[in-house]
Amino acid sequence: MSGTVTTPKGTRGTRTAATTPLGRMGALARAEVTLLGRSKGTLFAALFVPLVLPVSVRSAAGEMDLEEAGLTIGAVVLPAAIGFSLLFAVYSALVGVFVARREELVLKRLRTGELRDAEILAGSALPAAATGLVQSLLLAAGCVVLLDMAAPSAVHLAVLGLLVGLVMCTALAAVTASFTRTTESAQVTPMPLLLVSMLGSGMTVPLELFPDRLASFCELLPLTPVMTLVRGGFTGDLPAGEALGAAATAVAWTLLAVFAVQRWFRWEPRR
Amino acid sequence: MQANGHEHVIEVTGLRRVYGDGFEAVRGIDFSVRQGEIFALLGTNGAGKTSTVELLEGLAAPAGGRVRVLGHDPYTERAAVRPRTGVMLQEGGFPSELTVAETARMWAGCVSGARPPREALALVGLEKKADVRVKQLSGGERRRLDLALALLGDPEVLFLDEPTTGLDAEGRRDTWELVSALRDRGTTVLLTTHYLEEAENLSDRLAILHEGRIAATGTPAEVTAAQPSRITFELPEGYFLGDLPPLDELGVCEHEVDGRLVRLRTRELQRAATRLLVWAETAGVELSGLDVRSASLEEAFLGIAREASATGEREYAA
Repeated sequence: MSGTVTTPKGTRGTRTAATTPLGRMGALARAEVTLLGRSKGTLFAALFVPLVLPVSVRSAAGEMDLEEAGLTIGAVVLPAAIGFSLLFAVYSALVGVFVARREELVLKRLRTGELRDAEILAGSALPAAATGLVQSLLLAAGCVVLLDMAAPSAVHLAVLGLLVGLVMCTALAAVTASFTRTTESAQVTPMPLLLVSMLGSGMTVPLELFPDRLASFCELLPLTPVMTLVRGGFTGDLPAGEALGAAATAVAWTLLAVFAVQRWFRWEPRR
Repeated sequence: MQANGHEHVIEVTGLRRVYGDGFEAVRGIDFSVRQGEIFALLGTNGAGKTSTVELLEGLAAPAGGRVRVLGHDPYTERAAVRPRTGVMLQEGGFPSELTVAETARMWAGCVSGARPPREALALVGLEKKADVRVKQLSGGERRRLDLALALLGDPEVLFLDEPTTGLDAEGRRDTWELVSALRDRGTTVLLTTHYLEEAENLSDRLAILHEGRIAATGTPAEVTAAQPSRITFELPEGYFLGDLPPLDELGVCEHEVDGRLVRLRTRELQRAATRLLVWAETAGVELSGLDVRSASLEEAFLGIAREASATGEREYAA
């Protein structure tokens, strides 16, 4: 250690300027990209699972009576693929990230600096959200090509669904992290939402094949409106009223999750 | 309050902190720190040092009282305060899988007016460890990394929570030199420590915290001077305490007997020691294990802890 302070006050020639929210989040996100690259388990689950699961949905869909419900295989598999991406590459990956950073006191340390709370969460989430976005776009393109689908006829709905889905899954991950105590339990606590979404949000089985009453309940689950919007974007047969309802449900879940984060998010380990 | 000139950079009045489980960690404390001063909060584990510093850093809102840092509330006026402060938490706070350089670069991106990361690492002698992962650093190296990042923005106010815990003697000395150099350039430093030597050597003023209250405050010399000096010896065979000259004549304010071991406390060390030795000379006895020492900060610290808990017990009884 030199023991002397070599830079006199005032020589700020080489110094950086005042930080901006985007600059701060960018610095944080860059570090998180490095960390994601070094976390082989997370990387595998995020990149590989959403590629494999749609294949099994594809083979299961082949045995369903889709025509009677007025569906095509592509209209089932493509939204499901995007759903898997949101659940594995974004939601459950981020539960692990938030818990690990909290337990290593990284979040507490970040809060002593200039970053605002929302910037800390958003900056940490950016790499996973970007992974989910790129993966979803690639999966969609793959489905269109491999399943002989037509180009999306209402792109705006699909884009809206995907973006709301990304924000919602990030916020829900922070909520889940709030009641996850250790990085080990972060492997388990995302399970309920994963299972409920895969079974009840029209990802593995279309809601059209459900009894009416169950289907209308399942429409209120967080990821159902995202699936509805994405599918509607590709088929183009989603009535405006239903699209609006789905968007409202998705936004409501997102706001609820953001509220829960503001209220209950834990920034440091329990004493 | 203006933060220029020699005004108080940190002002704390009636500060209280209560945790969710009802534990009152900070029970109404007052102090202030002037610009360019090193102020040490000294105390045993659980005295409330970290709980206090976290309130100054703006990590939590106080349960009562008021904190001002550079004239602002560090909790509600975060944006006004954070670009001007540097913080070193008691432990950790860095992803273990990042390298030292990556960690510094990340922080530099979040600090206004940050110096180049390499330069900050060089300040604490970590430039050779730039490519080492944080998880492979020793405890002392991690403390130094933490200090480097607290210094990235050349802050006006520096909060250091146990900055030298885990450092070896040399590392501790280096940190002291660095912190003193910063103070000489006008940086205001608030640090916590349980090393008395550190508080004594480094701080301009200090406060001893005990069970969430300030038990003593002032310059190290003032706090020490307020405490009695100590004389310890073994009574010779066949002698009893009553055989000594009357204790109040010696200027003894407090005494303890433990078997043959006698401990006297006095505010008039020269008088007490002289009369005791004259008595021993006259009686022709040898006072074995004789130890005469003026008050040190350590004495002060232990004395205050003892007194404070005795007062506490009396309060409970009343």
